[in-house]
Amino acid sequence: MDFGFKLSPSSAINLDNVNPDKFEELHRAEPDVYKCMACGSCTSTCPAGRYSGMSIRKVILALQRGKEKEAVAMMKNCMLCGKCSMVCPRGINTRHLILSICRIYEEERK
Amino acid sequence: MKENIVIIGGGIAGMETAAQLLDLGYKPIIIEKSDHLGGHVADWNRLFPDMSPAADVVRSLASRVSGANIFLNTEISFINKLKDSYNIMLSNGISIVTRIIVMATGFALFDASKKEEYGYGVYDQVMTNKDLEHWFNTGEDPRINDSAMNAVGFVHCVGSRDEKARNTQCSKVCCITAVKQAIELKQKFPDAMIYCFYMDLRMFGKKYEDFYIGAQRDYGIRFIRGRVSEVSENIDGRVIVKAEDTLSGKPVKATLDLLVLMSGMVCSQDSTKVANMARLPIDTDGFLKSRDNVMDIIESPKEGVFYAGACTGPKTVPETLAEARAAALKVHLFIKGLE
Ligand SMILES: Cc1cc2nc3c(=O)[nH]c(=O)nc-3n(C[C@H](O)[C@H](O)[C@H](O)COP(=O)(O)OP(=O)(O)OC[C@H]3O[C@@H](n4cnc5c(N)ncnc54)[C@H](O)[C@@H]3O)c2cc1C
Ligand code: SF4
Ligand code: SF4
Ligand code: SF4
Repeated sequence: MDFGFKLSPSSAINLDNVNPDKFEELHRAEPDVYKCMACGSCTSTCPAGRYSGMSIRKVILALQRGKEKEAVAMMKNCMLCGKCSMVCPRGINTRHLILSICRIYEEERK
Repeated sequence: MKENIVIIGGGIAGMETAAQLLDLGYKPIIIEKSDHLGGHVADWNRLFPDMSPAADVVRSLASRVSGANIFLNTEISFINKLKDSYNIMLSNGISIVTRIIVMATGFALFDASKKEEYGYGVYDQVMTNKDLEHWFNTGEDPRINDSAMNAVGFVHCVGSRDEKARNTQCSKVCCITAVKQAIELKQKFPDAMIYCFYMDLRMFGKKYEDFYIGAQRDYGIRFIRGRVSEVSENIDGRVIVKAEDTLSGKPVKATLDLLVLMSGMVCSQDSTKVANMARLPIDTDGFLKSRDNVMDIIESPKEGVFYAGACTGPKTVPETLAEARAAALKVHLFIKGLE
């Protein structure tokens, strides 16, 4: 039926519905993922970011907010150049983190 | 040595000042309005940054001031300015003439029920940082149910950085207190999900940032940048909080078994009352006004009247103790100058 307008799905985050299991698994693989303080250094230095919206900061955040598909879609643009791990002040091994996300969130990549 | 020294307030600031003065050979008088020494620290359980027992701090200070003249349950009825001294009338009928007053009247915790949108005193599962310390000390609080603690939230800046609450100041100690309490709750309830809702994390002190990293890495505390705007209660008595996750720009909602409000530090009425009696000025932040906020924080604009601790603004325990030591030295030099 055509009402003449469309409703977009709510973008609100309901923390009650976030299933933490995969993020816990990611945390076991790369314990430092919890340490991200959202400083944005990684994003500002990412060569892919400017053109594709790739941001490791946003990926880490989206995974904790139950937006796995969004996170994984963003990661398609990563070139694994490693620049982000060079600038991260919390010393997060982002390369290992990215590879771990690819492995653990295999389903969401389809 | 017969000079009277009156210390108003028997919190850690007043006690440390008295202890130092005793060591210097004086016999100070402590006036404390409650029935015990220690002030707020007597209500806390473990202290950041090393989780040392608050009771040890109070106990050791108490043993060091046992030689002082201590009046508990005593208030100041009025203060008269004489030519070069003060006549202080106590509520117990005793009057003291002195040339030296140390204001160690501390702070008051912001009354969280004034922020009605957070539901303190209205919803069952909402408590303050102070209530939580009380639970750590006694294990008694109907709001904490060991078998149903799945999700807990901490709300930063309650009554701080808030023009509407008439307190634009940052209370400084509550970010680190929230992180400390979040870790302590996680230790008691390892399966609970714990969130901190913050605007900025102000981890200014020695080892505080390490504490924060530890809370993230070792305890998995989830930090959400956004001020809680609204709290409601659902049919089973749990609380629903709403905020914006400003890092993703999306509204966020969570249902919690317990909500802890980080009440800020404000100037206490008891402090301003005495300040008015002694005609001491109040600074624009509501706390007692120092002669100079850079060079002379522990001196009032009045000759012979000194400050120590949180009566001039939010302070940590080590900062308070350092000021108390400095105030004792000032008193000593002041007396030397009189001789
Ligand atoms: C929730 C919370 C947790 C904290 N945890 C820590 C921590 O872990 N580590 C840390 O370093 N700091 C901590 N702090 C800070 C610490 O509480 C303060 O640094 C300390 O209490 C300041 O001591 P004070 O003696 O200046 O004031 P207070 O503790 O407020 O003592 C003032 C005393 O003066 C008395 N008084 C006031 N007016 C009068 C009057 N007119 N006549 C007679 N007596 C009067 C009061 O009854 C009280 O006993 C915390 C603060 C808060 C809010
Ligand atoms: S590794 Fe990927 S995310 Fe990191 S800077 Fe390079 S392209 Fe960007
Ligand atoms: S640089 Fe590191 S700490 Fe900063 S946002 Fe990126 S991953 Fe997080
Ligand atoms: S210390 Fe933190 S919680 Fe307390 S008022 Fe300042 S920013 Fe807010």
